Amino acid sequence: MSERSLRGKTAIAGIGETTYYKHGQSPHSEFKLCLEAVVNACADAGISPHEVDGFASYGDDRSDAGHLAAALGIKELKFSNMFWGGGGGGVCGAIGNAAAAVATGMADCVVAFRSLAQGQYRRYGRSSAAAQLSGDDSFVVPYGVMSPAQRFAMKVTRFMHDHGIHQNALRAISLACYHHAQTNPNAVMRGRPLDEEKYDHSRWIVEPFFHLFDCCQENDGAAAVVVVSAERARQLRQKPAYIMACAQGSDTRSAAPVHNMPNYASSHFGQLGPRLYQMAKMTPADMGIIECYENFTGGVLMSLVEHGLVKPEEANDVLVKDNLIAPDGRLPLNTSGGNLAECYMHGLELVHDAVRQIRGVAINQVKNNDTAIIMGGPMVTPVSSLILGSEATL
Amino acid sequence: MSSTYLPNGLPQPGTGPDGVSEPYWAGTREGKLRIQRCSACQSWQWGPEWICHRCHSFDIEWVEIEGRGVIYSYERPHHPVHPALNGHGPYLVVLVELPAHGKVRMLGNLLGDPLQEVVIGAAVEAVFEPHDDAEPPYTLVQWRRVG
Repeated sequence: MSERSLRGKTAIAGIGETTYYKHGQSPHSEFKLCLEAVVNACADAGISPHEVDGFASYGDDRSDAGHLAAALGIKELKFSNMFWGGGGGGVCGAIGNAAAAVATGMADCVVAFRSLAQGQYRRYGRSSAAAQLSGDDSFVVPYGVMSPAQRFAMKVTRFMHDHGIHQNALRAISLACYHHAQTNPNAVMRGRPLDEEKYDHSRWIVEPFFHLFDCCQENDGAAAVVVVSAERARQLRQKPAYIMACAQGSDTRSAAPVHNMPNYASSHFGQLGPRLYQMAKMTPADMGIIECYENFTGGVLMSLVEHGLVKPEEANDVLVKDNLIAPDGRLPLNTSGGNLAECYMHGLELVHDAVRQIRGVAINQVKNNDTAIIMGGPMVTPVSSLILGSEATL
Repeated sequence: MSSTYLPNGLPQPGTGPDGVSEPYWAGTREGKLRIQRCSACQSWQWGPEWICHRCHSFDIEWVEIEGRGVIYSYERPHHPVHPALNGHGPYLVVLVELPAHGKVRMLGNLLGDPLQEVVIGAAVEAVFEPHDDAEPPYTLVQWRRVG
C-alpha cells in the first residue's frame, strides 16, 4: 500500500488577485472581484478558466462554486468544497482540500479562493445587529465580548502571563509586517510606515495587549490559487510551488463553549504542527519563509510557538524586528505585509507571497526560498497550515 | 448610577431553538447559579451541552453551585463595537475558573472600577445582576473581588 500523503503530489501553478481596497472602497461587487481573481490566477498559470473543474473556499465565502462555474462557463464541475469555520482558519485547509481532490483524481484543476467585500456586507470588527442571542453568544456578548479582538484577547493575556512575554514581542511582529508593506505596490498600508513610537502611542483596542496596530485591517478584494498535479504544474509556465503538506483541524475540544477549551492559552495549532511536519518530512528549522495569519499579533506569537518556530522562553529575545524582516532575518515573517499591512484577504495574500518567494520573484525576496510555511487563522476552530516547497525539496 | 455594569441596549441572552441552556437562565432569575454535571461519571461541564464529553451519557443534571472562583484571564476592551457602548469607556471582562467544580470557566464582568488592576489568580465571587425591565427579563452573573 502506498503511503497516504499529499507530499509533493500537487502544486500551486497560478496565483491571482484583485487590487486590494480599504473596506467599503471596492468599486466592484464581491462576486465580480472573485471572478477577476480566478481569471487572473488562470492567466498566471497559463490556462483557460474553462479548464478549471473544481472550487474550494473557506470562511463561508458567499461566491459559491455553482455560480462561479456557470459564470465562467466551466465545462464540467467535478469538485466543490467549503471548509467549515469562520475567519481565516480555512485558508490553508481550502488549498489542502483542493490538493486532495487533485491527488485522488476527483478533479484535475481546482481553484482555491477567497472573496471578501466587507464594505458590501457585515464587517467582522462590529457586533452583529441581533437583539436576541442564543447559544454560546448568550454567555459572552451581554458582557461586551463581541468582536474577534474581544473574543480572543483573554487567550493572549493568559499566554503572555504564563510565559512572561512582553508587549515588545508583539510590537516586533507588527513592525515587520508594516516594514514589508512599504515596498509592496498592492499593499493597502504602503506609504504608512510604522515605528516603535507610533505603535506605543496607538490607542488601545483591548488591554492589556491589543493596540490598534496589533489588529488586522478590514478590506475588500479577492484572491485565488490554481492547484494541479505536480506533473501538470511542470508543463505550465510558472515554477511550481509544490504542496508538501497540509494539516487542519483543532486541538482537543478547542471549540468548547464559553472559553472552556482545555488548552486555553493557545492558537489551537498544538496538535496540528507535528502532523504538518511529519507529512512534509521536514522540521521547523527547514522553513525558509514564515507566513502567519495575523488576526492579532498575539495569535501570531502563539502560532509560531505551536509550530516549533520559536520557543516561548525565547520569544522576548527572538521576536525583534531585525529577525523578522527580509532579506536577512532568520525568521522572515509575512514578507508582503500580511493581513496587517498588505490586505486582510483572509490569509490568501500570505499564500501568494509564499508562492512568489519560491518562484524567486517576491517583493521582498529572501535567499533561502525553497520552503515556506503558512499558518491560517490562529485561535479559531478549525485552523489549518500548509508547507510549500520548490522542486529541490521533493 | 445604573444598576447594571454595562449600559442597556446590548443584545440580550436567550436560549434559541436549541434550548440546551434554558435551565441556566431560569436559575439565574431565581438567584441560583447552576452548571452541568454528568449523572453517570460525575464530570462537571461548562458551557451547556446535551452530552457528556467524557463518557457520552445524555443524563446531564443541572447542579446549583456556590459561585466562587479565581481569575484565570481578563481583558479591558476600550474600542466600542456596539452602539450601546459608544462613549461608555473601558470595561473589564474576566474569565473565572471554578476550582471546586472541575475547573470549569465562566465569563463575566469584574465589578468595580473599570481601571482597577486585575490580578490573575485573585479570588472572586458571583453576583446576580437582574435586568428586570428587559423583555423578556433576564439575569446575568457578574463577578467581584473577595478577600
